[in-house]
Amino acid sequence: MDWPALKLSLSLAFWTSVLLVPLAVIAGRWLAYSHARGKSLLEALVLMPLVLPPTVLGFYLLAAFAPSSSLGRAVALVLGEPLVFSFSGILVASLIANIPFAVQPVARAFEAIPENVREAGYVSGLSRAETFRMIELPLAWPGVVTALALVFAHTLGEFGAVLMMGGNIPGETRTLSIAIYDSMQGFKYSDAAVMSAVMVTIAALAIAAILFASRRHAALGMERRL
Amino acid sequence: MTDTPGSPARPGLLRVKLAQKTAVPLDAAFDVAPGEVVALLGASGSGKTTMLKAIAGLVTPQLGRVSLGDDVWFDSAKAINRRPEARRVGFVFQDYALFPHLSVRNNVAIAMRHVAAVERAERADGLLRQVGIEPLGDRFPRQLSGGERQRVALARALAREPNVLLLDEPFSAVDRPARERLKREIQAVAANIGVPVILVTHDIDEAVALARRLVIIDRGTMIAHGLAAELMAAPQGSRVSDIIGTNPLPLATT
Repeated sequence: MDWPALKLSLSLAFWTSVLLVPLAVIAGRWLAYSHARGKSLLEALVLMPLVLPPTVLGFYLLAAFAPSSSLGRAVALVLGEPLVFSFSGILVASLIANIPFAVQPVARAFEAIPENVREAGYVSGLSRAETFRMIELPLAWPGVVTALALVFAHTLGEFGAVLMMGGNIPGETRTLSIAIYDSMQGFKYSDAAVMSAVMVTIAALAIAAILFASRRHAALGMERRL
Repeated sequence: MTDTPGSPARPGLLRVKLAQKTAVPLDAAFDVAPGEVVALLGASGSGKTTMLKAIAGLVTPQLGRVSLGDDVWFDSAKAINRRPEARRVGFVFQDYALFPHLSVRNNVAIAMRHVAAVERAERADGLLRQVGIEPLGDRFPRQLSGGERQRVALARALAREPNVLLLDEPFSAVDRPARERLKREIQAVAANIGVPVILVTHDIDEAVALARRLVIIDRGTMIAHGLAAELMAAPQGSRVSDIIGTNPLPLATT
């Protein structure tokens, strides 16, 4: 059992969820309510990581951030280290690979709120920010929880993009899914079996968390203090 | 925002002038005095709700002016367009538009941002009593009948201590037995509130039950206005007759 790999995977999943989901709330709400031109293009773009092979995504990220590229040099200057083959690098890869899993559930949740209900917030004297905080966000909350759990679980399982961008450096970029692949390559079947079982457990817990959160939400009537 | 929190309702003449030439055309001008109920009467899809939303600030018409007393809420010529939360209107939506995640009491209390937080629950209960549903304060909207929901919506609109009360087809989603009772409650509210009240409806009976004066709307355009009794006695033009329902031709001819 590769404990550093598990720790790294959990840490990557945590940071990806924490950084991505708040941005997804902003982006998802915008996609749900905006009438702007070019919205469909952005919607399609959001879905791209879902249909692209992760290796293709990883290839482009690697090409973009390689120390030989100008973007790669600029980033290396700011971070003090190149983005490729580092934890920051696999975090960037993971953030991009997870965009659809974060944005889609949130956007659907905001879309499901009837326009009249938001308008009722405004005519009840709530500002846009208050309507967002007191009406929209509580109503869209199951979508936010779903996004969190999906991103967390999917990051644990992400393989292609992370491997391309990070390589397989123990303690730095070797995640659990890469460690499993590595064990298989080295004929260490029992290691792979243990780590796979750990992965199954975490995935099951994530699903359970989604279901529990959305049930509880419904049961409480999502009551909040005013 | 000139509407300071906690200020009492200020009765004023509501003057409405709306115009736009888009897919949803608008062309109407009418006044509503404090304590008066005016009905906007027209077929479904004739732009009545859009007019109501323009008064509330939920939609912005191309041209026009909306003012209450000396307060200008919207003036396209001077680029004045106050946000709905700064207009202090009570708005009752056709399909209730209650907040599904809040209890009945909190659905009403949330519209009291101008009231000290500690007083909100008690005042909300007072309003629920006024509309006859005080025992339902702890329930959630999904647990209520249509008539009860619309009374919560009415209480929420009153919680705002509105300077204008706007009612968008308040009876249409409510089943018939509950409708009569709701009608009496809205009549009582409209008679006592002392601010301009506008009722949007497609039903002449509802219109005359609440309003003395009618504004007849057809495709976003005001085609007649005046006292209900006079309009009904002598409808000006066949469209007006169609909408008021005094046209002698049977409906089944089409």
